[in-house]
Amino acid sequence: MAPHKLSGMQKQVLGLYRGFLRAAKLKDPEERLRIVSVVSSEFHRNAKNVDRKNFHYIEYLLHRGKRQLEQLKRSTTVSLTTINVR
Amino acid sequence: MWDQRLQQSSVKSDPPEATASASLSSMAATRVLLRRAAAAAVGILPERATANVVSGASASRLIQCHGHSSQAEEPASAKPKKMKTFSIYRWNPDNPAKPEMQNYEVDLGECGPMVLDALIKIKNETDPSLTFRRSCREGICGSCAMNIDGDNGLACLTKIQSEGGASTTITPLPHMFVIKDLVVDMTNFYAQYKSVEPWLKRKDPPSEFGKEILQSKKDREKLDGMYECILCACCSTSCPSYWWNPETYLGPAALLHANRWVQDSRDQYTKERLEAINDEFKLYRCHTIKNCVHACPKGLNPAKQIDALKKLQLQQ
Repeated sequence: MAPHKLSGMQKQVLGLYRGFLRAAKLKDPEERLRIVSVVSSEFHRNAKNVDRKNFHYIEYLLHRGKRQLEQLKRSTTVSLTTINVR
Repeated sequence: MWDQRLQQSSVKSDPPEATASASLSSMAATRVLLRRAAAAAVGILPERATANVVSGASASRLIQCHGHSSQAEEPASAKPKKMKTFSIYRWNPDNPAKPEMQNYEVDLGECGPMVLDALIKIKNETDPSLTFRRSCREGICGSCAMNIDGDNGLACLTKIQSEGGASTTITPLPHMFVIKDLVVDMTNFYAQYKSVEPWLKRKDPPSEFGKEILQSKKDREKLDGMYECILCACCSTSCPSYWWNPETYLGPAALLHANRWVQDSRDQYTKERLEAINDEFKLYRCHTIKNCVHACPKGLNPAKQIDALKKLQLQQ
């Protein structure tokens, strides 16, 4: 398969995802699994549901993700869980 | 959908009683930039057609949003209605559509004098989904900073322009990431404030534990015009230089606080502080545009303080 050239924004998204996986490595092994599953499901959900031309929203999600990554990176953050609001 | 609760209240450093003392030189030319930004926002963003009219019938269950008002309580129908249109920036992250301007009609006869009064009235009576930060409603917390008719300012200190039929446009602080409606992400702004280490640093330990370090009246006066800053971010977000380099340029607010600790007679890290900001970007992206002076709702002069910092850098 020919190598697919990624746009800047796609690179940013993948970079963010990788950042999350790296941050998860710093946590306990079992927590790590849970963090990875939460993060990957969030990324997959947005990849499926968000219109790829909706740059404004993707930028917002990227920005939000960056903030959450900073939060996760802190040593005081032990685990990550989700709640269903609806 | 994890951890995306909006933080409605922003953490502020303890703001002392402030007196707007510094002279505010009104520079009409500097307004142009901000006005243009606002005009562009209006031009780009589509308008939502729904004009929500606050009906006079609601007078019976009128919610008094300003207890201190001098207006006597009488039925709204007795006096002529004075309707005013507020065009407000709306964007909700849960609904991934483009941002738009929504119009609201407010009867000024039933509303307090400030823009914040109108916003609270709209939120209470017309559209509870309208989101904005507010707290003290007296210009001491700095939460309600937003762009009103092209000028950055605190909604609680900005009077509603009742003369003329033109509508008032309210948008979030320019060039900031919007979280929802008028709420912007202040993370970067606070990180920059933190980076100037805004606390007293001493090299020698106190003579006895818990003993304060005294300051003469004259030394204390040096801090006037700086300690009043409430970190509302009006100045930084009005600065074109900050718009282009928000990550690298510290911005007027952080630099003002850097100077506040440089000038403090009790602080012993003056040299280190000056070295820390002696950077092509951190300090020298200030091109004395002086939008900050015009924007500051507390009447401070960040440009003057940045100038003082630059002068001290030269003496080093």
